Order: sequence, then structure tokens, then C-alpha cells
Amino acid sequence: MTVRELTKKANLSVFSGEKGLDAEITGGYTCDLLSDVMGHAESGNVWITLQTHKNVMAIASLKELSAVILVKDQQPDEDTLHQSETENIPVLGTSLQEFEISGILYNLIKS
Amino acid sequence: MHFEYQVTGGDFTNAGSTSSSVKKTLKQLNVNPSIIKRTVVALYEAEVNIVAHAYKGNIYVDIEEDAIVISLVDEGPGIPDIDKAMEVGYSTASVSVREMGFGAGMGLPNMKNNSDKLTVTSEVGKGTTVEIYNRLQ
Ligand SMILES: Nc1ncnc2c1ncn2[C@@H]1O[C@H](COP(=O)(O)OP(=O)(O)OP(=O)(O)O)[C@@H](O)[C@H]1O
Ligand SMILES: [Mg+2]
Repeated sequence: MTVRELTKKANLSVFSGEKGLDAEITGGYTCDLLSDVMGHAESGNVWITLQTHKNVMAIASLKELSAVILVKDQQPDEDTLHQSETENIPVLGTSLQEFEISGILYNLIKS
Repeated sequence: MHFEYQVTGGDFTNAGSTSSSVKKTLKQLNVNPSIIKRTVVALYEAEVNIVAHAYKGNIYVDIEEDAIVISLVDEGPGIPDIDKAMEVGYSTASVSVREMGFGAGMGLPNMKNNSDKLTVTSEVGKGTTVEIYNRLQ
């Protein structure tokens, strides 16, 4: 599944990084601890988090993640948006909390 | 090949920029992707530790035929008990640093897991030196 397909199926908004919407998703990782993501997320994963600052994009880029999903209607910081655009890694949004969106994503990816 | 970078304590906006630059260089040199991944994780954690815990530091990167050697030398408070600091979950990060999602106490364990050889030396009140050694084949 691509990030674009995921945004449609999971009803996600797209804040930035549209050029990265055709990247393939390899799975997901839900965590707000940056070092845990750094240590354990895999390339192509979608990262579900409530962190909105620029360091999220640094990690997404270094780990070659396919997208970041911000939960609970969180808005990305200005410099997060900017880096998302330059790296072509989409920042997506949902009103759901982490448990709910993780469940939806899990089922979509497994099926 | 030799590269040098500077890191300023507290400057979270630029945290990770050295790692990003080293990653680009390793890609251009066609280094094995899994070695790039490991090196980038270890370097990022060490770089962020200077930002989160020290005052300032220099990063020296040497890419040789068979290995990459990265030394991160900082001026800072130092680490009183390195064995303890290496434990998963041990962190002295401030509240504001924790709010950003840092301070899980997983950085040094990540460095250990992602380097062929990791050396940490420190002098309390002066600073810390971290050396990451990864074979390139
Ligand atoms: N360069 C450094 N200067 C001073 N203290 C350090 C340095 N690096 C690590 N430490 C000490 O070792 C502890 C553990 O470091 P580690 O990187 O494992 O976790 P952390 O930085 O606290 O959290 P995380 O890396 O998960 O965001 C730190 O909280 C700090 O007390
Ligand atoms: Mg750390």
C-alpha cells in the first residue's frame, strides 16, 4: 500500500510532503519516545506520534520512514512542515488517538 | 576522508544535521545500506546527547578503506558513572527535553547496538568523548 492509498482509506489529512505520497508502506510504528523510534522503526514504516517538532522529521529522514501521522488534531510546527517538504516525507493528520489509528492502520496493512 | 562538524548544546533545531550530512556522504560512497543505517543511528544518538547534555562539541569523521571512525568530543558536565548511563532507561534529561520525547535513556544502548566498537570516556566537570567504530564490509 502507498501512503496516498493509506490517506484515503484511513481518512487522513495531508499537511505537507505531497511528493512523497507514492512511497510504499512497509508497516507502522507507534511511539512518542524518539530514541525508541530511532532504535526500532524500520525503513518504510509510517510513524504514529503526538510529537510535532522538527526533530521528528530528522528521525523520519534518517530512518527513511514513509510518513508521519500526527494524532489528536495536533498541528506540525512550521519548521517541521518545511523539512517535510524538502525531504518529501509526508506529514499526515488524524483526529483519532494513537490506539485507534494504530488499530486501523494495522488492519489495513495486514489485509 | 576527514570531516569535522560543530555542535552547540541546547540547539535542538539543528540536531541531526551532522548525521544527515554523513549519511549523504556514505551513500555517495556506495557503502552497504545496512552499515549506513547502523552508523546513522549511532551517530544521531551521540550527536543529540551533546545537544541535550553538554555545552558544545566537535565531531570528527574519518572514512577509511575498511572502516568509519567517528569521534564526538564535548565540553560538558561529563558522566559520573558510565556503566549506569549505558543502562536502558537511565536518563538525567531535563523536563523540557523529555517533553520533546528525548530522555528515554535509550541513546547509549542504541549506540552500542549499532556500532562494531563503542568507546565512551568522560571526565566529570570537563566533558565526554564517544568513539564509534564501524567496519565498512
Ligand atoms: N555527552 C554527554 N554529556 C553528559 N552526559 C551524558 C552525555 N551522554 C550521555 N550522558 C548521560 O547519560 C545518560 C544516558 O544517555 P542516553 O543517551 O542513553 O539517554 P538520554 O539521552 O537521557 O535519553 P535518550 O537518548 O533516550 O533521548 C544521560 O541522561 C546523561 O545523564
Ligand atoms: Mg541520548
